[in-house]
Amino acid sequence: MTLKQTLLASAVGTLTLMAGMASADTLRIGVEGAYPPFSKKEADGTLSGFDIDIALALCEEMNRECELVEQEWDGMIPALIARKYDAIVASMSITEDRKKRVDFSEKYYFTPSRFVAKEGATYEMTADGTKDLKIGVLRGTTLQCHVEKAYPEADLRLYNTQEDVFADLVAGRLDMQLNNTLQAMDGFLNTEQGQGFAFLGDDVDDPDCLGEGTGIAVRKGDKLAGELSAAIKAIRADGTYATINDKYFDVDIYGK
Amino acid sequence: MNPERSFYEYLESFSENQSPIDFVLIYDNLGRFFDGALVTLQLTFLALLVGGLIAVPLAIARAYRKPFLSPAIRVYTYVFCGTPLLVQVYLFYFGLGQFTTVQESFLWDPILSNPWWCVIIAFTLNTAAYTTEFLRGAIEATPHGEVEAAKACGMSPFTRMRLVILPNAFRRALPAYSNEVIFTLHGSVIASTVTLQDLLGVGRWLNGRYYLAYEGFLTAMMFYMAIVFLITFAFKMAEKRFLGHLRPRETSVPGTANIAARVARLDHHSQNLR
Repeated sequence: MTLKQTLLASAVGTLTLMAGMASADTLRIGVEGAYPPFSKKEADGTLSGFDIDIALALCEEMNRECELVEQEWDGMIPALIARKYDAIVASMSITEDRKKRVDFSEKYYFTPSRFVAKEGATYEMTADGTKDLKIGVLRGTTLQCHVEKAYPEADLRLYNTQEDVFADLVAGRLDMQLNNTLQAMDGFLNTEQGQGFAFLGDDVDDPDCLGEGTGIAVRKGDKLAGELSAAIKAIRADGTYATINDKYFDVDIYGK
Repeated sequence: MNPERSFYEYLESFSENQSPIDFVLIYDNLGRFFDGALVTLQLTFLALLVGGLIAVPLAIARAYRKPFLSPAIRVYTYVFCGTPLLVQVYLFYFGLGQFTTVQESFLWDPILSNPWWCVIIAFTLNTAAYTTEFLRGAIEATPHGEVEAAKACGMSPFTRMRLVILPNAFRRALPAYSNEVIFTLHGSVIASTVTLQDLLGVGRWLNGRYYLAYEGFLTAMMFYMAIVFLITFAFKMAEKRFLGHLRPRETSVPGTANIAARVARLDHHSQNLR
């Protein structure tokens, strides 16, 4: 093979590859992988969890081929806007702030959030009472918004993954952390690592920051939002949702 | 543009209508970026200062091949130059934090429990390792004649080191050191991965808070560029001052223009003499 032929062959190869990528009607879904039981990575590198199962069920319902794209949490929306994928199924709450950047489907579940601290710890949860207390949350979450608004004097620490938050809570670098109650239970409190820790106070009540449930984010103006909402309704109706739900939770997390 | 509008209003309408970048959010949070820059500068220069002080005796021990000491230091520099800074910071922050013995030791509170201390320790050891090695090179490159001359003047080994060898080694190491300073500044972004609000940390905070893609990073980038500009400028001045004797002299190259200029100058000179 001459050099010219080799170059030509590789050029053709690249072109067909690009054409293949462009023509496929694959729906790319952005997911996380460090938020059990909603999403986690198995030892062999595959993804699993409630979000993952829901995403695959929706694809099946919509008759679309899907590809899961992993993305760290704080780059989730930017990567959607940059067209790294077309939809986010990653336990993302529907909030006013986010709606400025992306569109959402109807919610696919709703669970409250709650603080976690050392068992028996008592903190006065007011702006003054939390002064200089070290509170850990995942960077770029609705919880960051809530803590900054409600406890401006606290020493807020932002983390890349929820697993790092728990690690530092155990290490004693944090006084408390805030996240989704189900995730806190299954990902931490019910594990060996979470022994000696407990919920602190009641469910956080802050619809402005925490939003109105967990939805699927798509780019602004993308009609995918409507299709996804319909698919969510369909899997709610035909029992697929319930099957997935029961695999992970004792209660129906769809909410009202 | 309506001249009666304030700068802020202009920024608002510009961001909303014309620009993909939201300048208002950047403008509103500039104060945080300045705080972040302060943290970045503090981490960088404190690490460089302490690391530099540690590096001098280590470099001397390495250059003079002190038995036992020199190989031990070589192992240290090899480990810290041969592994990524991110891994070193993680080891100090997440690695040590895992062990209950560490958590109960006197080192935990207030040192290892604090991200700032973990980062500064890792940065200092890292920059000390790099500085040791190139300072060793600079000391070894001391011309033999300089040492001999110092001996001939009756200087003690300590005086020789203090007055002749080290000052000249510092001079020779200066250009390499400017790279080290900039690398340390670039490396300081790692602080943001362990919750510190340095420049990049603030950038990521802004992106995370308002779900943005570029604004936080772009602003942080501008700050880093400005800092690097100042550092390069400072080193340029320092090199001019301390390495002046190495600059090529402004002698004339044979050429008509030059000769003409010299003749003119000579003329001028002789006129003055007259």
